[in-house]
Amino acid sequence: MSNYPLLSLAIWIPIVAGFIVLLTGGDRNAPLARMLALFGAVAGFLVTIPLWAGFDVAQGGMQFVELHGWIPRFNINYHLGVDGISMLFVILNAFITIIVVVAGWEVIQNKVAQYMAAFLIMSGLMNGIFSSLDGILFYVFFEASLIPLYLIIGVWGGANRVYAAFKFFLYTLFGSLLFLVAQMYLFFQSGGSFSILDWHKLPIDLVPQIWIFLAFLIAFAVKVPMWPVHTWLPDAHVEAPTGGSIVLAAIGLKLGAYGFLRFSLPIAPDASHELSGLVIALSLIAVVYIGFVALVQADMKKLVAYSSIAHMGFVTLGFFMFSALAIEGALVQMISHGFVSGAMFFCIGVMYDRMHSRQIADYGGVVNTMPKFAALFMLFSMANAGLPATSGFVGEFMVILAAVKFNFWVAVLAATSLILGAAYSLWMYKRVIFGDVANKHVADLTDINGREFAILGVLALCTLWMGLYPQPFTEVMHASVNDLLRHVAVSKIQ
Amino acid sequence: MEMQKLYLLIPLAPLIGAMIAGLFCRIIPRWVAHTATIAGVAISFIASVLVFQDVMAGNTFNGTVYTWMTSGEYTFEVGFLIDTLTATMMLVVTFVSLMVHIYTIGYMQEDPGYNRFFSYISLFTFSMLMLVMANNFMQLFFGWEAVGLVSYLLIGFWYTRPTAIFANMKAFLVNRVGDFGFILGIGLVLAHFGSLDYATVFAKAPEFASATINIWGDQQWSLMTVTCICLFIGAMGKSAQVPLHVWLPDSMEGPTPISALIHAATMVTAGIFMVARTSPLFELSTTALSFVIIIGAITALFMGFLGIIQNDIKRVVAYSTLSQLGYMTVALGASAYSVAIFHLMTHAFFKALLFLAAGSVIIGMHHDQDIRNMGGLRKYMPITWITSLIGSLALIGTPFLAGFYSKDSIIEAVKFSNIPGSGFAYFAVLAGVFVTAFYSFRMYFLVFHGEERFGKAAHGHDAHHDDDHGDHHHGLAPGQKPHETPWVVTLPLVLLAIPSVIIGYIGIGPMVAGDYFKGVIHVDSVAHPALSQFLEHFHGAAAMGLHAFSTPPFYLALAGVVLSWFFYMKRPDIPAAIQRRFSAVNTLLENKYYFDKINEFVFAGGARVLGKALWRGGDVGIIDGLIVNGSARLVGWVATISRLFQTGFVYHYAFAMIIGLLGLMTLWINRA
Repeated sequence: MSNYPLLSLAIWIPIVAGFIVLLTGGDRNAPLARMLALFGAVAGFLVTIPLWAGFDVAQGGMQFVELHGWIPRFNINYHLGVDGISMLFVILNAFITIIVVVAGWEVIQNKVAQYMAAFLIMSGLMNGIFSSLDGILFYVFFEASLIPLYLIIGVWGGANRVYAAFKFFLYTLFGSLLFLVAQMYLFFQSGGSFSILDWHKLPIDLVPQIWIFLAFLIAFAVKVPMWPVHTWLPDAHVEAPTGGSIVLAAIGLKLGAYGFLRFSLPIAPDASHELSGLVIALSLIAVVYIGFVALVQADMKKLVAYSSIAHMGFVTLGFFMFSALAIEGALVQMISHGFVSGAMFFCIGVMYDRMHSRQIADYGGVVNTMPKFAALFMLFSMANAGLPATSGFVGEFMVILAAVKFNFWVAVLAATSLILGAAYSLWMYKRVIFGDVANKHVADLTDINGREFAILGVLALCTLWMGLYPQPFTEVMHASVNDLLRHVAVSKIQ
Repeated sequence: MEMQKLYLLIPLAPLIGAMIAGLFCRIIPRWVAHTATIAGVAISFIASVLVFQDVMAGNTFNGTVYTWMTSGEYTFEVGFLIDTLTATMMLVVTFVSLMVHIYTIGYMQEDPGYNRFFSYISLFTFSMLMLVMANNFMQLFFGWEAVGLVSYLLIGFWYTRPTAIFANMKAFLVNRVGDFGFILGIGLVLAHFGSLDYATVFAKAPEFASATINIWGDQQWSLMTVTCICLFIGAMGKSAQVPLHVWLPDSMEGPTPISALIHAATMVTAGIFMVARTSPLFELSTTALSFVIIIGAITALFMGFLGIIQNDIKRVVAYSTLSQLGYMTVALGASAYSVAIFHLMTHAFFKALLFLAAGSVIIGMHHDQDIRNMGGLRKYMPITWITSLIGSLALIGTPFLAGFYSKDSIIEAVKFSNIPGSGFAYFAVLAGVFVTAFYSFRMYFLVFHGEERFGKAAHGHDAHHDDDHGDHHHGLAPGQKPHETPWVVTLPLVLLAIPSVIIGYIGIGPMVAGDYFKGVIHVDSVAHPALSQFLEHFHGAAAMGLHAFSTPPFYLALAGVVLSWFFYMKRPDIPAAIQRRFSAVNTLLENKYYFDKINEFVFAGGARVLGKALWRGGDVGIIDGLIVNGSARLVGWVATISRLFQTGFVYHYAFAMIIGLLGLMTLWINRA
């Protein structure tokens, strides 16, 4: 199988499918556009399965590598490959694409072809980010993937979408320019190479390492997002349509976190050690501070958005404790968050489609009219609170255990998420789902249909699978994570 | 090999029952739901009996079912440890669960959530079995949280009641506070022992007896003390020890069968089980044991006081449960782990009996739970009356009944204990005997004897009384009489009454005095000699029973019974007068020592205020208001200024060019 350019297929099938969907034109052909989009998404997912099936777990380096010249004048190459760190995200991304296509099936009635195409193209671009081994190729995918997201929020978004898009733009522009500058520096230092793997081996003094690290930190922290550069996320989520929120939470937030592992740690290992305290402090603030902020949100989407930031705090915390348990825990948390937050945003979308409100106060007693939905929403709320046997538990458990070994007080602060996560998840659940029917809109609700049930059912199975048997997920990570740790342990200062 | 399949069958049979009843709860008829779940639990019970016999024959087991995950140098597994402690817990759990399943057919008869209820209690049985059968801390934590989830679902079973959905969230969150400590304890175990497997950890434990860790500044803390206290905080949540007890009385919002199964017999004893299981660790820290015994003593005595003033029949039993859990904890603190497990077992039978009997009374009273509206029920509900009497006698420690052997053993063990705090604990458990007898027989007399107060038009409970959580009150119509409950309700009462009488007499010899727990529970009898000193005075169950008539606990219990009879049967004016006279004490008790109010104000209120402050002040105010929008405004301002230069008039540009050219030329000339 590995003779096929699987990664290229994973990138270009959705993109090409996206352009074909665009060709169907106006909303007269919406049914055709939907079918084509589903076909493209499924095909894009199928080509990623051999990545996992054919993955050599004993090998820590890059697999499924493709290397072609692109702009020889600057030594820029079309260089793809995945290791145990990135491989699962390509699959997760392709999987989530199917979910969002199906999620928007009946809900989106306006500019259907463009909507579906935007998601497909974004999916291909994000696969490009996870598999690029060339700095410029990465940067192109990294920036290009923002365009579909802007359009999704801007065209299909809520009332205040302009503010949200502007805020997002201001934040990311700042970060990505510094990222580009750092890449230029590395290009000249390495004697004219844009290969990320070359940069990993490049010796750099401590001071430039720190500057590079800070440039990367700002770029990636905005994406994760880390406190205090997180305030764009709640606004973006609130304004985005359901599909946009799902992709943003499930995949979008992972891009920044992935950047830490692909760029910050291996390129600037000494600076990473030097500044790990800073990142850990910011991560703990995300867990505790944001946990309290999530508690008092009145808007369900904002609440889940804040809870996403707190969960991503565990990811960055795990990365900078430099142990296999912590890094794998962080990676597991990233994948789990893809399932759980995706499902949470979909659940809110299900209610929004019926009630046209995201305010907790407008709900109450939904279980009386939507029992099937209530049961599934319960599962995801519990997963969000980190209940064992759901995927939400695994990553938090690993990171907390690793933290105890790292520093007891770091663990104490991280473990508060056990209480805070349960508090904000269950308090929202209580106010929205339990109780007597609150008003006549709730009384008129209809339970989830087959399509919605299928989406939540599949996500529920993923959540339980990962909670009950995470071994297949961590198994593929071991070799790459161990390589990374060995690499980071060696100083680059000469 | 055959036995291993049996081990697997024990938790899976109830799980399958739960899935049948739960996933298809809307399409299957009721008889399918209860048949499937009862069959599952019955299979599980029979298999547990077989396993028990096998264990008694000397066959223990410790093995892996599957590897859950590997990461770094650690392996996390799901596996079973089958020894006498596990086998005892399995028998208790499956037997009580089976009784409760049968009882539920009668109790939930009219409830629209019938199938869902059966699904939940079978799921609970599965979770509890996974908890007790675990051979490692991770699976213990799995079961721990899973029983918490089912408890949450069942307390909020009647999800339209505001009190129920408040109580279930409270229960989950308070338990999470305990789990916060528990997970840190597990983390410390993993960090220092490199494994979460019981056998590995316990084997290595003695090496760490004097290990210290640096927690704060330069202070060195004993590793074992910190670890054990963290683990015990988990037990305090699950086993409702002060100050994490606040969720248990409110959990009475759930249907009565689960109060018996979860909030009396099994789940709440998980913390006791856990400490007994980890006895090789606790034995290494006298400080931690001291902490345990003091917390237990406070719970045993002060929660008993609250039982005296309750008027809701379920709440009296709930506070009694809290107090008895305190007794078990005291036993743990005195290093008498086997006694704690013994009391856990006897308590499971007689407390499940008392709860189910209370439920039977509630059915008979048409869902009126206020004991002030009852009286004289023995005439109408004879089986419930007799079984309640047996349960109450067992609870207060009547010689030769189950509770006597376990409770007296605790009192004796504490008497010989030498760890700090044991003096206070001895006083607390001794005084607790009187209190227990008093509140138990206050309830008994008010319910089954005296004037018939039911069927009066007004129910006599003033609407603003704090205890009236049980809305759902229908009560008997004027002239209506209570009635005995159907056989599915009374049969479990009878079946639970039998062990409540005999299990103590049978059990004390092997479980406390014998080798039953040898190699399972570890006691350092040099450092903590309480149990062995007690056993020097032990000469068999019969002798212990006879000897009891000359010991203080017997007379304290008797005094409690007589006083309650005098107060509530003869002179009901006296308690009322005392209440008036000591109104400050009464107010304190009515408000349950203000724990709920303090929690509500400080923690719940504080969290909301803090959240609002961080959000409004931090996110919206400083980050967005000052930095993000501020820099946007700055960009806008710079743009506004620079826009002034772009006027669109050619002569302005030309003028600017000339000025610039002049400047450049000046520079150039000066340099040249």
